[in-house]
Amino acid sequence: MYGKGLRSLSIATVAALAVSLSLVFFYAPLDADQGFVQKIFYLHVPLAIVALIGFVVGGVFAILHLRSGDSRWDAYSYVSIHMSVIFGVAVLITGSIWAKASWGHWWVWDEPTLVSFLIVFLMYATYYPFRYAIEDRERQARYASVFAITAGAFVPLNFMAVRMAESLVHPRTFATANGGLPGEMMFTFLVSFAAIGLLWVTLVKFELTAKSASGQLKRLRRALDAPGPGSTSRVAPEVS
Amino acid sequence: MTPSRLAFAAILGKDLRAELRTLQSLPAMALFAVTTFVIFRFGLDRTSLSGSLAAGVLWATLLFAAILGINRLFVAEREEGGFDAIRLAPIDRTALFAAKASALLVYLIVLELIVVPVFAVFFLDSATALAPLALVLLLADIGFAATGTLISSMAVNSRARDLLTPLVLLPLVVPLMIAATGATEPLLALGGPGYHRFDTWLAVLGLYDLIFLLVGYAVFDFLVED
Amino acid sequence: MPALPLDEAGKYVAGAYIVFLVLIVVYVAIMAAKVQRIEKELRELAGFAETRANGDQVAPEREEVGADV
Repeated sequence: MYGKGLRSLSIATVAALAVSLSLVFFYAPLDADQGFVQKIFYLHVPLAIVALIGFVVGGVFAILHLRSGDSRWDAYSYVSIHMSVIFGVAVLITGSIWAKASWGHWWVWDEPTLVSFLIVFLMYATYYPFRYAIEDRERQARYASVFAITAGAFVPLNFMAVRMAESLVHPRTFATANGGLPGEMMFTFLVSFAAIGLLWVTLVKFELTAKSASGQLKRLRRALDAPGPGSTSRVAPEVS
Repeated sequence: MTPSRLAFAAILGKDLRAELRTLQSLPAMALFAVTTFVIFRFGLDRTSLSGSLAAGVLWATLLFAAILGINRLFVAEREEGGFDAIRLAPIDRTALFAAKASALLVYLIVLELIVVPVFAVFFLDSATALAPLALVLLLADIGFAATGTLISSMAVNSRARDLLTPLVLLPLVVPLMIAATGATEPLLALGGPGYHRFDTWLAVLGLYDLIFLLVGYAVFDFLVED
Repeated sequence: MPALPLDEAGKYVAGAYIVFLVLIVVYVAIMAAKVQRIEKELRELAGFAETRANGDQVAPEREEVGADV
């Protein structure tokens, strides 16, 4: 029963987002260096961290899938990665806007965190054509789990390597490291982070519920021996 | 010898002998690499390279030549039913992974033995950097062999496998490329080989190799089971 | 680069939050389409099940009639 608790979760998410936005615009102090533009930080960074955690969670579900053979874990893994890719789009766009506003360029190659994230995003974007190319359902799920695990191992390594590639000549410090954040900003950041995290969980649950409904529909159709469209997505796993 | 080691040696031997007999992939990979060097000479309008440019040309070319050759190891296997035979035989799947990865490693080493001297002749003014470069090449090859084997083992069972392997593999080897070029760039500097952060980059390469060898070891069972 | 003046900065900040909002709404719209399709199929299946149930009620009567002959 995936839909159970979805309503309370949504309400909590809306409340958290409302509180977070209020804090961002009415409570958090203005940044001395970047001015008002710094407010994007409270959106961009939580999105990025939640997306990355989501990828790792997708990898964990993949491990559980391989160990148990239960296809439900594969569905969880797929949806986690799917949601994180969507959040990733938001990260890259908001990051680009922030870059333009702070440094005048829509993209900056010497900001290691943003570049690392781009590479991770590109990596996970290949998840879809990869799944789609494997026709056998069971094998598709197994290989997708292997992909999710490999990609999960890749994420920290990638961040480390890109950071090291950063030339020591011009170190650029985004406020991504939370070092030196004054109390009010830190509090606002934490609330925003919680709100975005709740949003991720709510949307994942939402997606799983919809998938489950489709799955139950299919099951009903089979039980009734009814003819039907039987339109299956060849990428996304089914939940029944 | 334990059965695992026997299986490993058998599969590795089979792949290497097959390649030796038919010479399908290696000459093509080497030829591709050398031609690409010529294209770079004209594309960049340079007759000598050093530093970051040299590192970039060398590694990009090696990477694409490797990707070109990688499917050969698995496509032939699948088409000739080799996988079915292996699946039926009661051998340790990790022996299969080790054998395939080692075969790919051997391919890469042979490729570089041909291609890197050509690169030096074309673009470098001295060969003193080649000895430390060999170490970087070896470590990078191991990493590429591990991830390449992992990905192409999966891609070979799909449609569009020629596109799928490069598509998934390229982002995956980005950290490898960063470390390899990071180590190579000072080696190929104009004044003579430099070792700025050489040990750090080697450590990153080693870490990459370790992580993906472990991942391959852990998950390969799930790839070959029916 | 020195900090942008408030009116210019405001546009960028608004842009970022608007992108976020748009993405959420687009996602909801896509899910809405999915739910619509589920509803339509459920309706079809309910109709199908009903006709089947009615058919079962009708058929036994007919058999009785046939047995007379």
